[in-house]
Parts: sequence; C-alpha cells; structure tokens
Amino acid sequence: MLTFLARRLLIVLPTLLFVSIIIFGLQQLLPGDPAIAMAGEERDPQTIAEIRAKYNLDKPLPVQYALWAGGVLRGDLGISIRIQKPVTELLLEKLPVTLELAVLAMLVALAIGLPAGVISAIYNGRWPDYVANVVGLWGLSTPNFWLGIMMILFFSVNLGWLPASGYVPPGEDLLENLRAMAMPAFVLGTGIAAVFMRHTRSAMLQVLSSDYIRTARAKGLAERVVIGKHAMRNAAVPVITLGALEFGQLLGGAVLTEQIFSIPGFGKLIVDAVFNRDYAVVQGVVLVTATAYILLNLLADVAYFLVNPKLRAA
Amino acid sequence: MSLRKLTLLTLSALTLAATAPAGAQTLRFGLAEDPDALDPTLARTFVGRVVFMALCDKLVDIAPDMKIVPQLATEWSWSADSKSLTMKLRPGVTFHDGEKFDAEAVKYNIERHKTLQGSQRRGELSAVSTVDVVDPLTVRINVSAPFAPLLATLSDRAGMMVSPKAAKELGDKFATKPACSGPFRLVERVAQDRIVLERFDGYWNRPQIHLQRIEFRPFTDASVRLANLRAGQLDMLERLAATDIAEVRRDNRLRLGNIVEQGYQGITLNVGKSDRAKTPLGSNPKVREAFDLAIDREALVQVVFNGEFQPGNQWVAPTNPNYAKSVPMRKRDVARAKALLAEAGAPNPVVNLLTPTTSDAQSIAQVIQAMAKEAGFDVRIQAAEFATSLTMADKGDFEAYILAWSGRTDPDGNIFSFVGCKQPLNYAGICNPALDAALNDSRTTNDVAARRKAWEQVATIVATERPILYLYHRKWLWAYNAKLQGFKEYPDGLIRFTDMKL
Repeated sequence: MLTFLARRLLIVLPTLLFVSIIIFGLQQLLPGDPAIAMAGEERDPQTIAEIRAKYNLDKPLPVQYALWAGGVLRGDLGISIRIQKPVTELLLEKLPVTLELAVLAMLVALAIGLPAGVISAIYNGRWPDYVANVVGLWGLSTPNFWLGIMMILFFSVNLGWLPASGYVPPGEDLLENLRAMAMPAFVLGTGIAAVFMRHTRSAMLQVLSSDYIRTARAKGLAERVVIGKHAMRNAAVPVITLGALEFGQLLGGAVLTEQIFSIPGFGKLIVDAVFNRDYAVVQGVVLVTATAYILLNLLADVAYFLVNPKLRAA
Repeated sequence: MSLRKLTLLTLSALTLAATAPAGAQTLRFGLAEDPDALDPTLARTFVGRVVFMALCDKLVDIAPDMKIVPQLATEWSWSADSKSLTMKLRPGVTFHDGEKFDAEAVKYNIERHKTLQGSQRRGELSAVSTVDVVDPLTVRINVSAPFAPLLATLSDRAGMMVSPKAAKELGDKFATKPACSGPFRLVERVAQDRIVLERFDGYWNRPQIHLQRIEFRPFTDASVRLANLRAGQLDMLERLAATDIAEVRRDNRLRLGNIVEQGYQGITLNVGKSDRAKTPLGSNPKVREAFDLAIDREALVQVVFNGEFQPGNQWVAPTNPNYAKSVPMRKRDVARAKALLAEAGAPNPVVNLLTPTTSDAQSIAQVIQAMAKEAGFDVRIQAAEFATSLTMADKGDFEAYILAWSGRTDPDGNIFSFVGCKQPLNYAGICNPALDAALNDSRTTNDVAARRKAWEQVATIVATERPILYLYHRKWLWAYNAKLQGFKEYPDGLIRFTDMKL
C-alpha cells in the first residue's frame, strides 16, 4: 500500500507541470488581447504599452511561463490585473467558500442519491424503482439555472424564508451561513444525486445478480445483511470513483449556481477572470483545482483499499 | 435525539430565523459587475465609478442638467488666452487618513494621474502641461493648448483627489486601502462578494450625509439582481433590464428611476481602417446611406426595448443641448435605399456585422438584419465575446461592428477620439481634414455657442460620410425600495449619496 501511494504521489508533480503548461498555452489561444481588455474605454496606446510591460505580456511566451512558474515555486501566484490583489490572497478567500458549497452539495447528493439507488435496485421493476427513476430523470434534466431562479422566487420573494443571496462566513454566523447555502447546495446536490442514483442502481443490480449473493441468500442470511454487508460494499467501488470525480468538478467552481446565488467562490472568480483576461487569476484557479482533482483521485484509490479487501492483497 | 427530529429542528431553525434586516441607514446596493481596482488613477470600469461616488470627491461635479458645479473646488476661471485654469479650493477638507486637502494635494494628484505606471487617466489629462500652487487654497492648471473639455474631465475620475501620503506609502497597492475625501470610507472589500463603506465623520458636508453604511454587492444577472431587491436583500440596484420595467412599475413597494444616458449605441463601419474596408459598404458612401435608410430606429427601439429607449442619430441624444438640430434623424425609406444601391451598382451587398455576445447587441443585430434585407442587403451576423470583438475592431478585422459608448459629460468625449484622424478609438478608420479642423475648433474655445457651431459642422460631415451609424440612446434604469428618499437621477448614470435617506 505504501509503495503504491509513493508511486502515485510521484506522478502528481509531472502531471501538475503538464497541466500548467497546457493551461498557459491554451490561454494564449484566447483571441482577446489582455492589455486591450484592461485598458479601459479610452484605450490610450501608451497605457496599453505600459500594461504589457508591467505584466510581462510583451515578453516571449516561454519567458512568461518561466517567470510565472518561478513565482509559483516561491509561493507567489502573481497579481490580479483587474483588482490589483495578490492571486494567492484571492484563492485563500474563495477556497473555503467553494469547499463548503461542495461538501454541502455532496451531502445532499449522497443523502438522496444512495438510498434512492439502493431502493430502486432492490425493488427493480416495481413501483419504488419507477418513482426513483422518474425523480432521478427530473434531477438530471432540470437546468441548475432554472431551478435556482425558481427557488429564489418561491422561497425568497414569495415566502421570505431563505435569503436570495448574501454569503456569510460560517465563523461569523453559522445559522446565517447555512441559510444562505441551503438553496445553492440543494440545487447543486439534486443534479448530482440523480447521477449517483443511476450509478448506485446499476452497480447494485450487477452485484445482486452475482453468484456470491445467491450463495449468501442460500446460506439463509437475513436480507438486511445480504444487502448491507455483501452487496453494498461491493457496489461502492464505482460509486466512490464517481463521487471523487463529481467532488473534483464541484471544486472547480459551480459557475452558474454561484452566479445565481451570488456565492463568492471559484466559479464567479474564474468567469470574471476569463472575461477580463486576468491571466494570473485563471492560472491560479486552474492550478488549485487540478491539484485538488489529482489528490481526490488518489484518495479514491485509497478508499478502494478500505472498502474492498480483495484489492488489499493485490 | 433522533436524526429525524434533528433534521426537522434544523430545517425549522433555518427557515424561521427571520431575514435579519441590516441596521438602520444601511444602503444595500446591487451592482451589475464587480468593480476593478479602487484607485481613481488605475480604475477603468463604469461600475467602479458608482462606488467612487461615495468614496472619492472630485474637484467639480455635474448637476442633473450637466452644468459643472463646485465640489472640492468652489470657484474657477480661465485665463484670457484659455491656457490656464485657476481654481479656488474648499477649506477645511480632510482625507480619510486625516491628512489635509490643499493645493499641494491637487498638484500631486494630477501629476500622479499623468505619471503612475498603467494610469488610465493619462489620455484624459494629456493637454495638461504643469500645475502651479498659487497659495495653499489656490491652484493653477496649465494646458499646452486651449482645451475646453478639461473642466468636464475634472468632474470624473481625473478630478478625484486621494491622500498624497497614503498614495506615496501604498504606491500601486493604493486600491487595497484607498484614502480619498468622499463622504464614505472603505471598511472592507471581498472580491466578487461585497464592498462595505462607512460614513466618514470628518467629511466637509457631513450634515447632509444620512446613510450610515453602504454595502455594494455584485450580481451579474439582471433578473437575479431584481429578485434580490424584491426579496429584501437589496435596497437599490443599478442597470435594471429594460424588459423588467413593467414588473417594477407594478410593484408598489418599489420605485423606478430613469434618465437618458450621455452615451449612445451605434454601428461602427470600417471605412478605411484596413483592407476589410474594401467592400461596397466600406468604400461607397451611397451604400452606407442606403444601409442607414433601411433602418427604422423607432421600430428597433420598440421591438427590442418596448420603446423605453430614445432613438437618435448623433453622438449625443436629441434632448441634449449640444445636439445639432440642423442634422435631424431621417425617416426610413426602403425605396430610396434600393435606388441608391442600384446607382452604386451593388443591388445585394453582403455586410458582415460583428456583434459582442451581449443579449442586447444580439437582438439589435437580428432586427437590423431583417430591416436591411428589405432593401436588398445580405447581413451576416458574426457574434464574438466582448474582449475578442474589441481586439478584432482594434485590428480592423471587421466590416461593421455594434458598439456602445458609455458617454462623457463633455460631448468631445463622445466624438473626438472616434472620428479624429488616427485617434485611438477611430475603429472606422476615417481621416477627413475638414472633419479634423471642425473637431479642433470645438476644443480650442470655451465659448459654448462657438463650440456648438463647430459640432454642427462635425455632425454634417459625419452624417454624410457615416463612419458610425448612431442608433439610439439607452436609459439608465434604477429600481429601489419605496422607503428610500432623496435619490436623484443624473445622466452620467452615477449615484449622489448626499441627501439620500432610508
């Protein structure tokens, strides 16, 4: 297990290097000139030239990359051209928000998706299965944007129960924080819950039709034990993989949901940065997200070992 | 406690805790974007100017009728040769960091605007050569050649004064802790989330400031912004969508504010910027006239904006005192347009129309496409994301480009740089000596009548050459809580927080 972990960790560094080069290169393909985008309405030629010089935009691409990568190694991700703030500070401000939203959305997704998947597998072809499928399909096909606006109109404008926006850090006021996060977490969570439900269902169906389940039942084990101990643990492996991927995606920022509920996380940050050609911010967000993605996949691998003893021997 | 009970309890706690109302006299303001750097020298966005109105006072301000009125300067006069502007300064003004405001501070600020690396004010102040401190409360601004728009320029960011001490200490990080002399000072800023300001008790006009705090929060989507106002999360919002006007009028808890903007929406035509001007449209004024005559501006505004905006044909609105009445808007005339195209030998010219991907610009493009088709034009819409479209326009990689201009108090800011030969905003690529002469005449005198005469000449040439087809003037639209008092509309789209009360 340790050698496996060490081997996986070794791959992380070259992967990150590769990702950062790709991002740097892709960004240059964006057609808008950052200096022109930053030069305000008047676009004074001298101002444009100064912005190019100040942010090294006039240097050859490899030099720009080297300067940026050198900074990253020293823990300096550069400065946001748009708001004149160090990117590291911006990221530290947004990361906890995005992380909280991701965790809450994941909890909603798991709380709905797993039981629904298991139940619909057990009652395969009977009415609970159909209900779960219909609800799941609804969750998959409802756009977050629409659901978000509808929830704001219903719960905030009409009923006045939940705030339409206004993120409060949990350290300041936990209750207000949860009230502000309830709708965005639900909107994000239901979409993912549907995916979970479908995957859990098919994994469970596959496991339930396998020989060892038949054996377990034949031994006269209680159905609860068969399902809980034998079936669910084996069905968990694909679901864990999926969970890690979905969580990684959430960390990239839930762009639309954050816009609707005005949650100041990575999603809002990166959209603004891309439209304003604020390169340093885009690179910073992508670097952090990519790192998180890689680490999550690593964690998923570790989790396989824990749930499935067969893999431990390998 | 069972999980079920716990869940129920949590849910009821979440929903029942009443939305805590922000303290009395806190104005919660919904912005359409997150502002950029809060440094008047480096700032470049409109939305930043909304925040600056609370944060930083200027040498002069404008009245709702666009006349220049005192702010930090109490009176001013031009020298006989129009080459220096002497200003008397308001006594007893302090910056947020406790420093005194005086003539030295004015000199420092104008020099900072002119020299700080990456300054966005350099172009606006390029006419200024030197600044003399006459006495502690008198300053003389010298220009290299007479430059009439200077006063109006000083009513915006170029006239904003920051504490020299703070600016020297913080350098280009000034935006993190801006110390100006406005009625409110910065408490905190969380990017993309909120900008919180608090009343500055040392303000020179303190008795007329009733609000205690202002919280600016960005909401990019206009309908989300309005939903937050209706849900009580906001007290006021800017840039209401024209399509939501009816909804606000129906709601008796809300009020609507509106005024015609200083800017315009138009189509810039490539008439000489690059090789792409070598089309029937770019090379033949008759084809441009036909294109112009094919457009029904009234109908355009009716279809896309429910008739809420004002049709126009110049760089200022017909209601503006500087509008040239001798160059009126022409009615749509499809028959004449067809005849002109036949004369030009191009009965079915292709026009590639570049539009930014904002929904307004897209709708305009589609309506124009349909209208022009009736005259024989084959308009092909090419949508590009805003920053991309700007770069394309800058390179001359377009034939026709839908572009809005936010407008300036002095009409010079709406026209000079756009049609003056080789000026930075001259995307059309027009170079016309008679036009340049008229433009220069409008700058070198401070006499209003003489300036209007020069603009009339400009309007006549622009209406013949058509480097830009002006379409309409938007309205600034605000929606706010009916409890809010003392709000007045200004054509620059900015808010004066003085006298406002909740």
